[in-house]
Amino acid sequence: MNPALQGLITILVGVGGCVGYFYFSNRILDTVIFPARGDDAGRNINRANMVRPWLFLAPAIFALGLYLGYPVFETLRLSLTDRTQDGAFVGLANYGQMVAEPKFWEAMRNNILWLIVVPAAATAFGLLVAQLTDRISWGNVAKSLIFMPMAISFVGASVIFKLIYDARPAETAQIGVMNAVWMSFDGGAGSVLMLKILPTLILLTFAGIVGYVIYNFIKPMIEGSRNNTALMNVARIVVFAFGAWLIWKSLSSVVSVWSAAPVYGQPQQWLTLPFWNNFFLMVVLIWIQTGFAMVILSAAIRGIPEETIEAAVIDGANPFQIFFKIKVPQIMGTIVVVWTTITLVVLKVFDIVFAMTNGQWETQVLANYMYDKLFRANDWGVGSASAMVIMLLVSPILIWNVYNARKEMR
Amino acid sequence: MSANTSKKSALTWVVHLSVLALVLLWLFPTAGLFISSFRTADQIVGSGWWASLTASEQTIQLRTGGRDAAVQEGDLYVVEGNLLTDEDGPGAGLTMSAFGVSSRALGAHQIGETAEFSDGEETLQLNADGSYRYTSVEEPGRRGQRVFVNATTPPEFTTENYGTILFSGSGQDNMAKAFFNTLTVTIPATIIPIVIAAFAAYALAWMEFPGRALLIAIVVGLLVVPLQLALIPLLRLHLGIGIGKGYLGVWLAHTAFGLPLAIYLLRNYMVGLPRDIIENARVDGATDFQIFTKIILPLSFPALASFAIFQFLWTWNDLLVAKVFLIDATGSTTVMTNQIVELLGTRGGNWEILATAAFVSISVPLVVFFAMQRYLVRGLLAGSVK
Repeated sequence: MNPALQGLITILVGVGGCVGYFYFSNRILDTVIFPARGDDAGRNINRANMVRPWLFLAPAIFALGLYLGYPVFETLRLSLTDRTQDGAFVGLANYGQMVAEPKFWEAMRNNILWLIVVPAAATAFGLLVAQLTDRISWGNVAKSLIFMPMAISFVGASVIFKLIYDARPAETAQIGVMNAVWMSFDGGAGSVLMLKILPTLILLTFAGIVGYVIYNFIKPMIEGSRNNTALMNVARIVVFAFGAWLIWKSLSSVVSVWSAAPVYGQPQQWLTLPFWNNFFLMVVLIWIQTGFAMVILSAAIRGIPEETIEAAVIDGANPFQIFFKIKVPQIMGTIVVVWTTITLVVLKVFDIVFAMTNGQWETQVLANYMYDKLFRANDWGVGSASAMVIMLLVSPILIWNVYNARKEMR
Repeated sequence: MSANTSKKSALTWVVHLSVLALVLLWLFPTAGLFISSFRTADQIVGSGWWASLTASEQTIQLRTGGRDAAVQEGDLYVVEGNLLTDEDGPGAGLTMSAFGVSSRALGAHQIGETAEFSDGEETLQLNADGSYRYTSVEEPGRRGQRVFVNATTPPEFTTENYGTILFSGSGQDNMAKAFFNTLTVTIPATIIPIVIAAFAAYALAWMEFPGRALLIAIVVGLLVVPLQLALIPLLRLHLGIGIGKGYLGVWLAHTAFGLPLAIYLLRNYMVGLPRDIIENARVDGATDFQIFTKIILPLSFPALASFAIFQFLWTWNDLLVAKVFLIDATGSTTVMTNQIVELLGTRGGNWEILATAAFVSISVPLVVFFAMQRYLVRGLLAGSVK
């Protein structure tokens, strides 16, 4: 049968079936099971109204239970059994096997890098654009254009960026922008400015921002403020250690920027440079997600009460103070929401890595590692174990969301 | 005061310029692909796409006539003709600035000059209209001499690539089938979850029953469950109950994966509808079914539209679900994203094919995006868990 015709029939059967189900189940409930007439009319109406919500919910509960609830438990079960031994229970053997694989740790390391860089960069760019376009006349056009990559598939974006990273032999014209720019460097003053001084400034700015954030974070502990619980202090020390590590990393990168002696005049295969290629892949996702962050944060900035800003202006605050000290604290909740939403996208990132490098050259990430295990190696045990790792990483956000949703409903 | 004002206007300029820079930076990648899809294979390899927008000076390689066109004049073989308008020539109207007769000395001679070849036995005179006179002591080769002309070529674009990708291409180069496959996946997978979710959202928003809060919490939790977990168990289920890999399986999967967001968005919207309308209808004796179809559904149109756009973009752009639940070994049900990934593997260097294929796949979501952006933004604002 022609798939288009099959599709049309499915729409009719699916939609018609759903509507028919809701209509007739309601009719049957009202006229056959609990008819609203005779002696029990009042009681029957009440009874029917107790059953009706479940009629409305039944298809959704069925689909959610079967397609999202059941797989969580089934995957857990599969991760504890071995397919080659007819599904015998093997305990944590699959996890043990997975942890012993260097490819898994490579995927974990890369995923952590993605989790740090992509949400931070996308949120920062989104916030920047939202603030800059807030008061200008053509702001909506600008926002719409920056939002556009949201509509582009990860695969399409991968093709777009593969063209940017393309490399041709040195004697022919470069058609990738990155290499065209790279080939214009010759070790002169321009190269020093672009390849040494600019990265140094970026790294130092990054280290400065991290330092500022962790300073604000541990300040209450140093000053011994009142709401100092042991748990909070542990969290502060963890954040401090992590921030210190980030600062150390960025400072040591500054040293390596200056000590590196790049070979000019050679086109680079950007996607095969170990470690750095991860960042070239992340750029794709940042490019897509910035629009999302911008839309949400832009609405949040619009929602800031005008009086607070006017008061700050009257008190003589400059635009930067207004932004960092008045606006950002007021939209902190939204920033956290944007951050966690992008974190979720990052945890599941698959298409970009699959299409651009397929995990070669040390760019593996968890979702692609899982796909490799499930459908290339046909190893359901380890594949399910890695899926459970993704689930485990997601669950703090899950719990946090549910907690907030319940709080809001009270 | 005036210092303050000028400082302010300087800041405004900085804002305008930095927004412009960011917008250009964000458009640049897509523009590259878009423009490349209108260039021929030779043009793409010959220069970066950014060079194609302006008239560019390029070195093009042309050939004089060969042995067949040669006429003997005394002890010299002479070939006369026109480099531009002869067969294989680029056509009249090209502005030549210089020419060379060896690939090691490009543009060594002015137009109108007579160039001597390094072997001392051949000469070539080239005029601005393209006419030339080539002389040689020995009989010329069959294919004629190479001439390297520096010429300013105007921007030139072609829609030939789209013809190949959509109509005339063969095998993997033809996206027509994948285009319709994608459409076949997308439309039912967008419409069916809306119907199911709308009823469920109404129940969760406006009906009183025990366990409602728990159900809402579960929906919020399911919003973030990675669909990666569902792949193997559901594929086994589909194979077990005889659905196998095919459209039905992918429709069901997309429907279920879209449901949490759909229910969440629609419930949030429906909760905000005015209570009076619904209670008045109840008092007038309307049943829940009637309230839902006659009042709630029409009022919820904006939320329905937002979700429909989300689901459409997500199913159209999806690769993973289609790869697992739809595409079997024969590959006859391939979708566009999958075909592009395959093209990346097999035709990695053929940018005219890749760029056009990618743009065909991107264009539909882009049209939807620009046409219905308002609803998309509204949905995003409602859908991000607060």
